[in-house]
Amino acid sequence: MPLLSIAIWLPIVSGVLLLAFGRDDRADAVRWAALIASLASFAVTIPLVTGFDLATPALQFGEKHAWIARFNVWYTLGVDGLSVWFVLLTAFTTPIVVISAWQVIEERVNQYMAAFLILSGLLVGVFCAMDGLLFYVFFEATLIPMYLIIGVWGGPRRVYAAFKFFLYTLAGSLLMLVALIYLYYKSGGSFDILVWHRLPLTLQAQVLIFFAFFFAFAVKVPMWPVHTWLPDAHVEAPTGGSVVLAAIMLKLGAYGFLRFSLPITPDASHRWAWFMVALSLIAIVYIGLVALVQHDMKKLVAYSSVAHMGFVTLGFFIFDAQGRGNELAVSGAIVQMVSHGFVSGAMFLCIGVLYDRVHSREISAYGGVVNTMPKFAAFAVLFAMANCGLPGTAGFVGEWMVILGTVKANFWIAAAAATTLIWGAGYTLWMVKRVYFGAVANDDVRTLRDLDRREFAMLSILAVAVLAMGLYPKPLTDVMHVSVVELLRHASVPKLAP
Amino acid sequence: MNWQAVYPILPEIILLVMACVVAMTDLWIPGKDRVVTYCIAQASLTVVALAQLWYFWDGATYYAMQRMVVADPMGHLLGLFATLAMMTTLVYARPYAAEREMLKGELFTLSMFSLLGILVMVAANNFLLVYLGLELMSLSLYALVAMRRDDTGATEAAMKYFVLGALASGFLLYGLSMMYGATGSLEMNEVFKAIGTGRINRAVLVFGTVFVVAGLAFKLGAVPFHMWVPDVYQGAPTSMTLLVGGAPKLAAFAITIRLLVEGMIGMAIDWQQMLVLLSLASMLLGNLAAIAQNNIKRMLAYSTIAQIGFMLLGLCPGVVSGNTVSAGNAYSSAMFYVVTDVLTTLGTFGMIMLLSRAGHEAERIDDFRGLARRSPWFAGVMAVFMFSLAGIPPTVGFYAKLAVLQALVSTNVPAFIWLAISAVVLSLLGAYYYVRVVKVMYFDEPADSHPIEGGRDVRILLSFNGAAVLLLGILPGGLMQLCAQAIVRMFAT
Repeated sequence: MPLLSIAIWLPIVSGVLLLAFGRDDRADAVRWAALIASLASFAVTIPLVTGFDLATPALQFGEKHAWIARFNVWYTLGVDGLSVWFVLLTAFTTPIVVISAWQVIEERVNQYMAAFLILSGLLVGVFCAMDGLLFYVFFEATLIPMYLIIGVWGGPRRVYAAFKFFLYTLAGSLLMLVALIYLYYKSGGSFDILVWHRLPLTLQAQVLIFFAFFFAFAVKVPMWPVHTWLPDAHVEAPTGGSVVLAAIMLKLGAYGFLRFSLPITPDASHRWAWFMVALSLIAIVYIGLVALVQHDMKKLVAYSSVAHMGFVTLGFFIFDAQGRGNELAVSGAIVQMVSHGFVSGAMFLCIGVLYDRVHSREISAYGGVVNTMPKFAAFAVLFAMANCGLPGTAGFVGEWMVILGTVKANFWIAAAAATTLIWGAGYTLWMVKRVYFGAVANDDVRTLRDLDRREFAMLSILAVAVLAMGLYPKPLTDVMHVSVVELLRHASVPKLAP
Repeated sequence: MNWQAVYPILPEIILLVMACVVAMTDLWIPGKDRVVTYCIAQASLTVVALAQLWYFWDGATYYAMQRMVVADPMGHLLGLFATLAMMTTLVYARPYAAEREMLKGELFTLSMFSLLGILVMVAANNFLLVYLGLELMSLSLYALVAMRRDDTGATEAAMKYFVLGALASGFLLYGLSMMYGATGSLEMNEVFKAIGTGRINRAVLVFGTVFVVAGLAFKLGAVPFHMWVPDVYQGAPTSMTLLVGGAPKLAAFAITIRLLVEGMIGMAIDWQQMLVLLSLASMLLGNLAAIAQNNIKRMLAYSTIAQIGFMLLGLCPGVVSGNTVSAGNAYSSAMFYVVTDVLTTLGTFGMIMLLSRAGHEAERIDDFRGLARRSPWFAGVMAVFMFSLAGIPPTVGFYAKLAVLQALVSTNVPAFIWLAISAVVLSLLGAYYYVRVVKVMYFDEPADSHPIEGGRDVRILLSFNGAAVLLLGILPGGLMQLCAQAIVRMFAT
């Protein structure tokens, strides 16, 4: 069965159907339909992991059909240990987003649900596409629903944020398009990513391609200094938009580094690794400090996302003295991507829960929430702990692996990166203290009601995921092990063209 | 006169006869809605389109009228698209024109004559015939733009169009006469052979080329010969804007291919340089000026300039260091670009006409405010057009840009690769103003609560138009293949 195609097209088709037939006067039917569609799409992706062959780095569940004969473009899908978790993460996030919007979105419900379903299908497509042009089409197409989500259902400065998001990411990815076309030409007319992996290139060409990819992916990750669209987009986006942005869209960039930059331009990656490491450290340390001074909860979590993604890029580009990548660091970075998907998504959902009641995201508008919402505060503190990397939660595993891997390569870089445990604890716990603890600050907080069943269900699913990942991460790393080893073996062999 | 001589130009003959029939019928059966005239016009256009399709299917190349006319697959494909574009234009234009007292027999007759001009240009194998077709098309269009004679804007637009258009025709004619003087022939193939001998005074040839390119650039609306475009697009009634901005673009492309490639490919080294400059200037000025517009017709005019600039890029890498290996790839990418651009342009102006009603022109970008609330369906259709013009996948505009960029990069000449990068950067500027229209439709509150009027035929056709832009974006392979075939067959003969 073409599982991957179903995972891509089921949500897209159901989204289009919702657009065509959904109306606001039967909003409940629309919500249920969206929930069923998203759950079905998630169910389709489960066999990807249960049926995954741990022993091979080759692509699994592959599909290949002719698409644009004129340019030799194929509809090629497949997953390996690097991508399979993100397919799952995407499909897992969509039902949560649908649930989170249940009573919150009351206007244009069908358009909201359809946008997220279509977006979910496109994102799965990005992670499955093994043809360069197909990847680009999915990668770019995700801009359209996200732009509309921010702009239509967002906050007061939504137009500015939507434009900034759109133009920033478009600017980055257009250069990548030129690089893709150049690779197409160089490989004798093929858009197959696996062919590109084997393609020898001169160092100069590699460096140019590396930077074309860098601009596309660094904007998406986002790395310092091209991260400035993220706080705006997060603050203005509706809760669901923030969740998808943080949990999945940021991973597109990091995934791109894994799939394109490291294997296609390994020599340029080595040559410029110092640059990537430097930017990652700046993100970890400097952005961590920036997060400390935020007044707006969403902004704070947005900056903390940038800092956490710094760990991911650090893990990818930390090479030892012999120029070999570090398996522990790369696996750790991927684990960090998945765990950040859960944790940051959960953080944004918590902020959404508060915002739906008080309509403020300012930290100063709250205080003593634990007194009126004890159940909610328990969840929120758990996710906050995961965000600052407490052992036993998902946030710890990835950071720990990356730091451990980095120590092998360079002690001082590892030491600098490890300071994140201080900054992370600083900004997260200080926010928790000001929002949740202490005496009840004002009447808004006094009249808060605790979680209803819908919110409780949504947060407890995530809490289980966060704890499970933190306590027993082995299945996660087992799946990616062979693929990571293969990637690093590939990336350590120079493939300079004569 | 034998059948062999008439067969290749049968569509043109049918069109000419029917245009006269339409003119006559309209005198005897006026009727307020002009249903009869409209039906005859559409029926004859359908016949012409089917004939073109038949010839394209046949795939053979015929010469007729003492080799004045060439009927080849490229011509038939472009002719087919031009006819379809004209039919679509008439569907969109009819209710709009009816509300503004422009629904006269002349609308149909002149449209058919301008299409006849287009078909003549597309099939021309002779410099004079190119000029003849061009004048037939242009004169019909001048008259059409001026049809609302008591409207100052329209009259001014028509005047500007006429004066500048006449100047451009003069340029072109002058350039063609230089070529004739240098090579001694008016026929494309002969000129091609004469240039190939290398015994012709190069200075005269280059001089002629400059004038030909300038004339073509005027007709295409490329910077610095673009001045008429914004004024005509804005001033003309929207239905006429669409007549000017739709099918004639295909004709301009066709004569560019006929003159520069079929006739003067030996001079490619010279005209390619000119096209590079024209296209860079067009993309820069078009995209920058479009940002500042409040009037959507003017914005689309500048956007057209930018799009034409991008299309011209596709003509640049045809001949690389004297080698024409990449020519088929390059010219078919440009052809794909212009065909898809016309498809999208038809839709955008169709939307403007759909939103207009008696006494109200939906000309300002603000008129699209909150369209997503008034009509989610048509807001979606318009959004597809805008994303397509901006070149965002999965719409057809992305593949058009991809095809052109691919043609540039695959030459492996650094200069062309840099050209591709600058085109990409400039199209980023363009994304801003297209996406702004989407913003206005989706993020703003509606200022206008009138329900959307417009007949069922317009609504259905617009929906098909939007679906075509989206579906060609998901499966672009077929149309690309058609364009490639047409160009390859042209080179084969």
